[in-house]
Parts: sequence; C-alpha cells; structure tokens
Amino acid sequence: MEILVCIRRAPTTDARIKPAADGKNYDAAGINYDISEYDKFALEAGILLKEQHGGKVTVLCMGPSAATKEVRTAIAMGCDEAHLLVDDQFHDAWATASALAAKIRTLPHDIVLFGWSSVDNQSAGTGQMVAELLGLPSVSVAVSMEVADGAAKIERLAAGGKREKYQVRLPAVVTCQKGLNKYRSANMKGIMAAKKTNVPETPANAPADGVAVLRMMPPPPRKEGKIVGKGPEAVNDLVRLLRDEAKVI
Amino acid sequence: MSDVLVFVEYAEGKPAKAGLQALGAGSRLAAELGGKAVALVINGDGAGLGPKGASRVLAVNGDAVKAYSPDGYARIAVDQAKAINAGAVLASATPMGKDFMARAAAKAGCGLAADCTELKLEGGKPVAIRPVYAGKALIAVQAAGTLWATLRQNAFAEATAGADVAPEAVKAPFAAGDLLAVVREIVEGVRGRLDVAEAEVVVSGGRGLKDPAGEGKQNWQNLEKLAETIGAAVGASRAVVDAGWRPHGDQVGQTGKTVSPKLYIACGISGAIQHLAGMSGSKVIVAINKDENAPIFKVADYGIVGTVEEVVPALTEAFHRALHG
Ligand SMILES: Cc1cc2nc3c(=O)[nH]c(=O)nc-3n(C[C@H](O)[C@H](O)[C@H](O)COP(=O)(O)OP(=O)(O)OC[C@H]3O[C@@H](n4cnc5c(N)ncnc54)[C@H](O)[C@@H]3O)c2cc1C
Ligand SMILES: Nc1ncnc2c1ncn2[C@@H]1O[C@H](COP(=O)(O)O)[C@@H](O)[C@H]1O
Repeated sequence: MEILVCIRRAPTTDARIKPAADGKNYDAAGINYDISEYDKFALEAGILLKEQHGGKVTVLCMGPSAATKEVRTAIAMGCDEAHLLVDDQFHDAWATASALAAKIRTLPHDIVLFGWSSVDNQSAGTGQMVAELLGLPSVSVAVSMEVADGAAKIERLAAGGKREKYQVRLPAVVTCQKGLNKYRSANMKGIMAAKKTNVPETPANAPADGVAVLRMMPPPPRKEGKIVGKGPEAVNDLVRLLRDEAKVI
Repeated sequence: MSDVLVFVEYAEGKPAKAGLQALGAGSRLAAELGGKAVALVINGDGAGLGPKGASRVLAVNGDAVKAYSPDGYARIAVDQAKAINAGAVLASATPMGKDFMARAAAKAGCGLAADCTELKLEGGKPVAIRPVYAGKALIAVQAAGTLWATLRQNAFAEATAGADVAPEAVKAPFAAGDLLAVVREIVEGVRGRLDVAEAEVVVSGGRGLKDPAGEGKQNWQNLEKLAETIGAAVGASRAVVDAGWRPHGDQVGQTGKTVSPKLYIACGISGAIQHLAGMSGSKVIVAINKDENAPIFKVADYGIVGTVEEVVPALTEAFHRALHG
C-alpha cells in the first residue's frame, strides 16, 4: 500500500503567540516547533496500515528548510520516505492544499492522511481541499478506520457526539482525530534510520492565498477577576455574584 | 451589491441553532452589502426562515440528499453560489459545515475563512475575524474573490425580523450513486449527554479531582451532580483524559475542544496554557482550586480557593437553593 501522510510544522502548544512588528505574522522569537499534534495520529494510522498491509509510508511537509527536523521525527516514528516542499511564508489552507495536491499527483497513493486540524492555523480544511482538487473521496475527523479490499470503513465524529459511518473506495483522503489510535514515539533505531534518510527539498510553488491575512491582533484582554473567598463558606457569595453581577444563571 | 448564500444546517428535521445563527449573520452582512440573504437548505423543508433573515430560501430534497455527503453538499453549495453570483457563502462551523465547506471552497477555487467570530465590511469588502493558535491571536482575513466562511457557534446572533418567504425547490445535480463518500449509518452518542462544544454551561474537572476508580470516586460524582443541577456539560483537562479518567471527547483545550459557553467552571484544574487556549473565550469563568497561585485564577472572573471535596458539594447545594428554591 502506498500511504501518504501530510504533516505540518507548528509552534508547540505551550508557545506564547504575539503579533510581530509587521502586524501580520506572529513574533517567531523564542518559539519552538513540533509536528502539529493531530498529524501524529495520522502518522500512527499510516504506520499501522503499513504494518497490516505492507507497502510504505511517505511524509509530505510544506514549510521552511528547518522543518526537516519534524520530517525526520516522522521518519524516526516509522515512516519510510519524505518530501519537503520548501516555502518560508505563511499560507492559508487553499494555497497549502494546492501545493500539496500538485505534489501528490506525482506520487503513487492509495490513501492520503492528514490531521483533522492544525493546532496553529486551525482551518480544519486542508485535507478536504486536497481531496477536492484530486477528485478523491474525503472523510474528515476520523476516530476509527479499517482498510480491506481497496476500501476503507471509517467512523467520523459528528455533532452531538454522533458517529457517522462511511465506506469509501481507495484512493481516499482521511483526516485524523484523537481517539483513532495512540501514537508511538520514536525509538533509537528509528532515530538512527532518520539520520540516514535523504529528505529531498523542492520549491513548494504555492499559489497566492485564497484568504489573505490583513492583520494579526492579540485577543481582547479579560477583565480583572476576583477571589470570592476561601472554602465552602464562599459558595453563597459566588452564586449571588453569578446571578446578580454576571447574570449568567 | 451582492447577495450572500447561507447554508442553514438542519438537525432532526428542524433548523439547527447554529444554522439560524449563520443566517442571522448572513442577513446582516447582506444588508451591509446592499444585497439579499439567500438560505440554502439541504434535506429540510426550509419553512419559517423568512423571519430568521432569509429573503429567499432554496430547498434541496430527495433521495440524492437523504444522507449527508461531503462532496455532494459541496457540489450543491458551489452550484447555488454561482447561480446567485454570491459575494459571500456562509455556513456554521459545525462538524458538518467545517467538513463540506472546505471541499466547496476548493471546488470554487477559493480559500476558506474557518471558524470566524466576526464579519464586517472594510472598504466595501467583507472581512472575517478568526481566532488562531487556539485563541492566542486573532487574524483579520479577506478573500481574493467570493468569501467562503464558516462561523463559530454561539458567536453570532439570530435575526429576529423578516417577512415570510416560500421555499423554492431545487433539484440535486447528482444521484446518490454518483457520490464519492456518503454516510451509511449514524451511531448515536451517549443519550442525554451534552457535548461540551455545544453546551451553554460547562463544568470541567482536572487532576485535582483524583482517580475516579480510587480516591476520587466521590469527587467525580459530585462534579456530575453539580453539572446536572445547573444543566451543564462535563468537560475535562487533558491530564484527566490521558489518564483514562474521562472520554477524550470531553477534553477542553488547544488539542481538545474549544468552548465558549456563558459559564465555565474549572474544578481542580491548574490552568496550563493549552487548557486556557480552549476555554478563555467563555463569557464568565469560575475557578475552584486549593492553590491560590494556580494560573487558572489569572483568567477566572470569580475564584474560590478551596478543595473540590469541600467546595463542589456546597456549591451544588447553593445553586440548588438559588435555582429551585
Ligand atoms: C501538545 C500538548 C497539548 C496539550 N493540550 C491540552 C489540552 O487540549 N487541554 C488541556 O487541558 N491540557 C492540554 N495539555 C496539557 C497541559 O499542559 C496540562 O498538563 C494539563 O492541562 C494539566 O491538567 P490539570 O490542570 O488537570 O492537572 P494539573 O496541572 O496537575 O493541575 C491540578 C490542579 O488541581 C489542584 N488541586 C489538587 N488537588 C486539589 C483539590 N483537592 N481541590 C482543589 N484543587 C486541587 C492543584 O492545585 C492543581 O492546580 C497539552 C499538553 C501538550 C504538551
Ligand atoms: N504546510 C503543510 N504541510 C503539510 N501538511 C499540512 C500543512 N498544513 C496543513 N497540513 C495538513 O492539513 C491538516 C489540516 O490543517 P488545517 O487545515 O490548517 O487545519 C494538518 O493537520 C496537516 O495534516
């Protein structure tokens, strides 16, 4: 099976995000990066498919050259090959999906896996856009998946905790949510293998953004709170404040 | 002058609350653009949407759309957006809206402004505001052509006035068999359980409640009782979900659900940056923690310093007296 996994390099979730001087991007000083959290479930799903069905897992990432670090982490987890589409700019989901789809067209693929949402841009749409551009079926927010006989049975998390069941022909696009699996960490052997794996870099050639960022702003500050009191004696005051002052009950 | 197409989501034969909120937002945007809000309903009758802000209602029904399909819904949205030459296409940022709107936008050759919390005009063109980095920043975005956007639940008000309109029937441009992915079956969630992402009040528990299979058993029962008393959904920190104490669907935070209820009560939660990212959009935040230096108190509107063992049951009683006399 030819398995592709698209991973994003994103600021770690403990990063403090402040608008940069240009007013459009965040200030990159002191920011650390990691594979965007949900993409790890996609990587694990891909590696599990390889373990069950044979074949190989190829990682695709569009990002700066520095993203080789995240790509190598994916290889160390158990992926086989990788392509880095080099681009230093921020792009929206449309531009990202267009660049990824153009690359995917040149690679054999039975299934293309994504995270259901990036932790930074949070479009929750790049996977579906790639599917549309390639004319493939898509199932997003997958929490279970079984592949057999050229088809995938997938459960997707819908509103109100409902699960929608799908069966789609391969090749297909699936975006992965927590709950699909528990992702592994890299072991020593993987880390050694990753060091030796060549990660070819090609220019991403991303088109212009579909939605362009005009400006980035900090969120509105929350107003100063107060400690109502200590211990169970404070509960009546709290309820009174919620009713009379905050008017939420 | 341009019209706005609004996908109005239906659930169990009725317009969903989030769908009506999107229609409200669409009718206001259309008015500013000098155009009309056109409601698009799939697998629903489209009745009663005039007074909710629609100037026209397009209703697509029949076997081809009985079951949800991301590519099917995307095709209909793109066709209708073209037919009315829409300046903007909106839907709610529900699991359904987030899913098919991305496909639709790509089909139309456009980007998608996802999960927006504000829409306005700047220089005569629609601009959307959306939280990114789990709410640690906001960005204002503008589309090159038609703005395709999904709108965060509970961030927009429903419209409250408008004349009745008769829905116009529109045929689906495909047969069910032509679709790439279609829902075959729906497995219901746990009955009667409110989803944290949709609830107006959320009570969350953290590691401070301790293991429900051990010494924390009573604490979690107390938390459930508090939630029941005030009609809240129960949420959790990731520490609790990773320990297997609560299902992962309950996790609130940057890698869990983003919630913006009118009241959020955090019990025994320290307030790590990833947790705050998911809940600091709540209207009012209450924190209960035994450590007065816990970071959660920095974002809380009201705090009680105390143990969950003592404070939670007392609070339930106080709510009970206030609400039920
Ligand atoms: C990639 C990544 C993503 C993450 N995503 C998320 C996310 O989405 N959501 C999330 O929540 N976390 C997330 N985290 C984890 C986060 O960093 C914290 O570890 C987690 O939120 C801590 O959970 P907690 O507050 O329940 O536990 P703790 O930090 O252990 O806090 C427990 C609190 O309970 C208090 N306490 C103890 N006993 C009592 C008592 N008897 N009565 C009252 N108070 C008591 C303590 O004072 C303390 O403040 C993420 C971490 C990473 C690395
Ligand atoms: N620059 C990128 N390179 C590779 N994959 C990406 C990139 N950006 C987003 N993705 C994939 O698309 C998913 C959804 O991202 P988003 O639409 O931004 O929420 C991510 O979880 C990744 O799997």
